[in-house]
Amino acid sequence: MTEILFAVLVAPFKDMAGSPAFLVEVLFGGVAAGLMYSLVALGFVLIFKASGVFNFAQGVMVLFAALTLVGLLERGVPVLAALALTTLVMIALAFAVERLVLRPLVNQEHIILFMATIGLNFFLEGFGEMLWGSNVKRLDLGIPDRSFMVRGVQINQLELTAAITAAILVTVLAVFFQRTRIGRALRAVADDHEAALSIGIPLKTIWVVVWSVAGLVAIVAGVMWGAKSGVQFSLSLIALKALPVLILGGFESVPGAIVGGLIIGVGEKLGEVYWGPLVGGAIENWFAYVVALAFLLVRPQGLFGEKIIERV
Amino acid sequence: MSDAAGVLLEVSGISVRFGALLALNKVSLAIPRGEIAAIIGPNGAGKTTLLNCISGFYQPYEGTIRFAGRDRTRLSPPDVAALGIARTFQNVALFRGMSVLDNIMTGRLLSMRGNLLLDALWWGPARRQELEHRAFVERIIDFLEIQAIRKTPAGRLPYGLQKRVELARALAAEPQLLLLDEPMAGMNVEEKEDMCRFILDVNSEFGTTIALIEHDMGVVMDISDHVIVLDYGRKIADGPPEQVHKDQAVLDAYLGVAHD
Repeated sequence: MTEILFAVLVAPFKDMAGSPAFLVEVLFGGVAAGLMYSLVALGFVLIFKASGVFNFAQGVMVLFAALTLVGLLERGVPVLAALALTTLVMIALAFAVERLVLRPLVNQEHIILFMATIGLNFFLEGFGEMLWGSNVKRLDLGIPDRSFMVRGVQINQLELTAAITAAILVTVLAVFFQRTRIGRALRAVADDHEAALSIGIPLKTIWVVVWSVAGLVAIVAGVMWGAKSGVQFSLSLIALKALPVLILGGFESVPGAIVGGLIIGVGEKLGEVYWGPLVGGAIENWFAYVVALAFLLVRPQGLFGEKIIERV
Repeated sequence: MSDAAGVLLEVSGISVRFGALLALNKVSLAIPRGEIAAIIGPNGAGKTTLLNCISGFYQPYEGTIRFAGRDRTRLSPPDVAALGIARTFQNVALFRGMSVLDNIMTGRLLSMRGNLLLDALWWGPARRQELEHRAFVERIIDFLEIQAIRKTPAGRLPYGLQKRVELARALAAEPQLLLLDEPMAGMNVEEKEDMCRFILDVNSEFGTTIALIEHDMGVVMDISDHVIVLDYGRKIADGPPEQVHKDQAVLDAYLGVAHD
């Protein structure tokens, strides 16, 4: 018994203290992955806040963005031009979604809008494969997938680039939505559509803005993940990792998505490396969901969600 | 009715149909600049429908609405708001998760201009602008006597105060025309008296033209310059309160008529 307790509660921390450089490496890997989760979760949060729609298609938007980028690169378009074109495609998609999906369904039940995004999910998946083919593609951004050493800590160059890009984007978005007029308008729309309209907030513009931003987020996530593990259908499954992040952070909270992503990213890496051997590994695959489940039991509104008080 | 300089809002022959129900039937009215007009009528008379047409939430299938001398029948709610028409709702529509102060600040969104980048950096003109708007909002807060609840989330306030905050948000937009849908519904006598005082003060201090829907006849007779009576989607009376008060059609609509 004491042996088990020792193995669970003491030994992992001794390992950490024993090799701080390795611990930093693990933490870095966790933060890098966590920022990606935050990014995808942000896409969900923005759309959910602005339109009350849980966008089932967020994951496929990641895949679609990556497929478009790779497709353009394969046809000899230079990297920067391809990125710009992909951005335009995602903005065009935002306009199309507002015009063809959201506007006709305005004032419908949330579940109907949710079903519509499931439809969008299948459409984008099929459309992307029709345009660009379904085989696994390599995405080469010219950033070598090599590692270098800083004071005995091994750091992967690609991961570092991804982490920095994600961190910058997350910060910019957070500031944008906290500080600007659009941010205040977005919070207003999230709370009450009718009231927002009556004080002069154009709902349609806000929808296009948030879907465009979600598209932008999808590009970054798609590119970074695609560069690491190839562009293929499994990219759309990243969205599944964003779900526990949302439960942790609260569906309507931008800071929640960021903190939640980091907690999940770091937690699953630490769990995998230090506690994984005790249970034969693969903690990374289920850690996020178990944390989410625990949160649902204890604090269903998430870390930053508003406490739900039922008045009787 | 011509485009006399004095007429701020002119509604001519508008009709609205919901399926088989004719909610508004060729309703015309004019509201002169600077007055307080009351729209009254039994339940289901079309009062809120009329307000929704004026604020752009419904589009009448016939008739025109002119505001400040310009036709604006087919505008969306945000465009109407941009013209200077603010409104409140029958079932308070506040941003429940935001503080009272933030709620009122949203009323200033239309008059905020400028660079999103500067906003984000909280720098230079953006900062000055935000502070100017803040100062204006503080004036409204003082005016409506809600200093004590500035930081409270709107959703936690009692109903009477929520109505007052909603009025504050509408005022923050500095509207020319203020539409109030039952501003005193569900209030006790004291709250009603406060609200009456605020409406009169807004009218006299800011020169805002006000159109309000109200059921309390005492209130209507006290504060309005002009009463418009609707029944089954038609206008049945229109004039000064004393006159409408004695109008036979109005008495019939409220008390019922013996059909013989």
